[in-house]
Amino acid sequence: MSIDVTGRPAPATDAFYNDPKVRSFAYQIALGVLVAVLVYGAVTNAIEHLERAHIASGFGFWDQAAGFDISQTLIFYSSQVSTYGRAFWVGLLNTLLVAGIGIVLATVLGFVVGISRLSKNWLLAKTAGGYVEIIRNIPLLLQLLFWYNAVLKALPEMRDSIVIARGAYLNNRGLFLPQPVFLHGFGVVIAAAAVAVAAAVVFTLAARRRQKHTGKRLPVAAVVLALLIGLPLVGFVLKGLPLTFNYPEVGRFNIAGGVEVLPEFAALLFGLSIYTAAFIAEVVRAGILAVSRGQIEAAYSLGLRPRPTLRLIVVPQAMRVIIPPLTSQYLNLTKNSTLAVAIGYPDLVQVFTGTVLNQTGQAVEVVAITMLVYLTISLVTSLLMNIYNRRVALVER
Amino acid sequence: MKKIASILALALIFGAHGASAQTLKTVKDRGILNCGANGTLAGFGLPDAQGKWTGLDVDVCRAVAAAVFNDANKVKFVPLSAKDRFTALQSGEVDVLVRNTTWTSSRDTSLGLNFTGVDYYDGQGFMVRKTLKVNSALELNGASVCVQQGTTTELNLADYFRSHNMQLKSVTFATANEAVKAYDAGRCDSYTTDASGLYAERLRLAAPDDHIILPEIISKEPLGPVVRHGDDQWFDIVKWVLFAQINAEELGITQANVDEMVKSANPEIKRFVGTEGNFGEQLGLTKDWAVRIVKLVGNYGEMFERNVGSGSPLKIDRGLNKLWNKGGIQYAPPIR
Repeated sequence: MSIDVTGRPAPATDAFYNDPKVRSFAYQIALGVLVAVLVYGAVTNAIEHLERAHIASGFGFWDQAAGFDISQTLIFYSSQVSTYGRAFWVGLLNTLLVAGIGIVLATVLGFVVGISRLSKNWLLAKTAGGYVEIIRNIPLLLQLLFWYNAVLKALPEMRDSIVIARGAYLNNRGLFLPQPVFLHGFGVVIAAAAVAVAAAVVFTLAARRRQKHTGKRLPVAAVVLALLIGLPLVGFVLKGLPLTFNYPEVGRFNIAGGVEVLPEFAALLFGLSIYTAAFIAEVVRAGILAVSRGQIEAAYSLGLRPRPTLRLIVVPQAMRVIIPPLTSQYLNLTKNSTLAVAIGYPDLVQVFTGTVLNQTGQAVEVVAITMLVYLTISLVTSLLMNIYNRRVALVER
Repeated sequence: MKKIASILALALIFGAHGASAQTLKTVKDRGILNCGANGTLAGFGLPDAQGKWTGLDVDVCRAVAAAVFNDANKVKFVPLSAKDRFTALQSGEVDVLVRNTTWTSSRDTSLGLNFTGVDYYDGQGFMVRKTLKVNSALELNGASVCVQQGTTTELNLADYFRSHNMQLKSVTFATANEAVKAYDAGRCDSYTTDASGLYAERLRLAAPDDHIILPEIISKEPLGPVVRHGDDQWFDIVKWVLFAQINAEELGITQANVDEMVKSANPEIKRFVGTEGNFGEQLGLTKDWAVRIVKLVGNYGEMFERNVGSGSPLKIDRGLNKLWNKGGIQYAPPIR
């Protein structure tokens, strides 16, 4: 397409400021200066403000003793000796734990519901549809409070604990499980497991190559399963069962010892996974519907059955539509985990922007660190998803 | 929660000089006092069904408004959570914070704040279910304790269990409301906060009679009004409003007899009501500042009994909060 310029006067000059490159460069410089001035103004204003009011500033608080207790700690933490900096890491790990497990659960549930919604089974499709419509239209905070109260109200008190198996108790203080204690020689089992994983990978690749060349299929699933279970088991038995359990014991007030899953954690995990899964289900449904009907018909006419059609034709093409919005759902889940504060789960915001901020009074520093952390988590998640997206993206020829 | 903290932090960064001097002038120009209060603690700060705020802390704010405006209702109460309260005051969102806040050295120094006095001498205690058959806090080894975050309570709790070599499982909530609800649902064996708060919160439980408050008081919690650093005039006003209420009780000046007292010949009372000297003007207020306070809000004893004492559902004994000459430690410097 060409543009007809006849009739327009020729440019008055060909002065440098009429050069689009120079202009856009100048605009960008101007914007950059504006941003720099704003940032400089904000920082100096804040510093002056804090100094005038004699509010402590700086990051010296990081190494001061924290002195408060945290209910769930993945790394060593004690109110006696640990610092505010340590409390930060405890909170961050708790956030990552709930976000990480939540993402996995939400993805699995979301895919199941999304595919069910497209099922030919009327009951299944309508149930999935009802789930999506109800869950995504109720505010998450309400759902969290619901789950928390449901967990607390439905479970018995400590004295009437449900005994699941020897040393496994369930009550309104949480789920208590025996903690495995690895004795000397357990390293052999771990080594055996590592060998098994390597062997399984090699076998799978070899089987795939063989199928490509000869068309013959090997029983991959059975062999891999046998390797993964068999090898470590052999090591375990040969080394004389080097494993015992630390069983939780019922005390006067609480159950002590063992592994403990807090009701706050369970409620937050449930709430986040179920809520996000509703959105993921819609993303998955949209992705599958985006694959043109002709693709499926073509697959059927080639003689593929429904299951291989879904696996080989539909899903690979749907993935490139699904991944980008899926990434935002993962980011949402992580950011929504900050609602933990409402139900007493010690995530980063609850511990750091809550207690630490209040004990030290250093709002600017603490909030800045917290925002930076969430930004980092989000960017890393995005980056990983983008890398994956590039792998599944349609390669145009 | 995070949002509030972020906004307040932004106010600290970009805000104009809200924390500068001349709070009195700002308040007068605005025509209303902004008071940071607890919105959920019966006896200290709680709006009733009609939206009218009541409580001991609330009345301290009303007394400041009475002294400044001669109208105890020219107060806008801003309900604040424990963790957002200091940022709200630092950023100029409120002119004075009276929210059952414990006076500690770090809060008085590194937060850029000044405590003006003590309107309630409190101490931290524990509430437990009667069915646990616990008679002392020292028997709580291994117990789960529900606690509100961002409070001195949280630190005292850890300290107490640590110093008595007891195992603690604390469960921390952002607001007292959530902590109490979780305790009521059986999540914890015990709920801990200032003793006054325990009496107030017990009334809200499903079955208040099933719970007892243990005798141990594990900390000193002097609760008082807080203002920003850097405005000595405003600091003086808030400080002396409370002193005036305590002095009024000591001098026997009540809401009912204050009009009579204006005619008194007693020199101490004459200085108090402003018929002698110019103590009100020295503060930047009017001569009758103290009369306004007593007439519109009452003296300290009246304020106490009405909100937390015998005239209230809480029925808390005055204990330490009696006047110094009646066996307590409430003591105000003289007006002269």
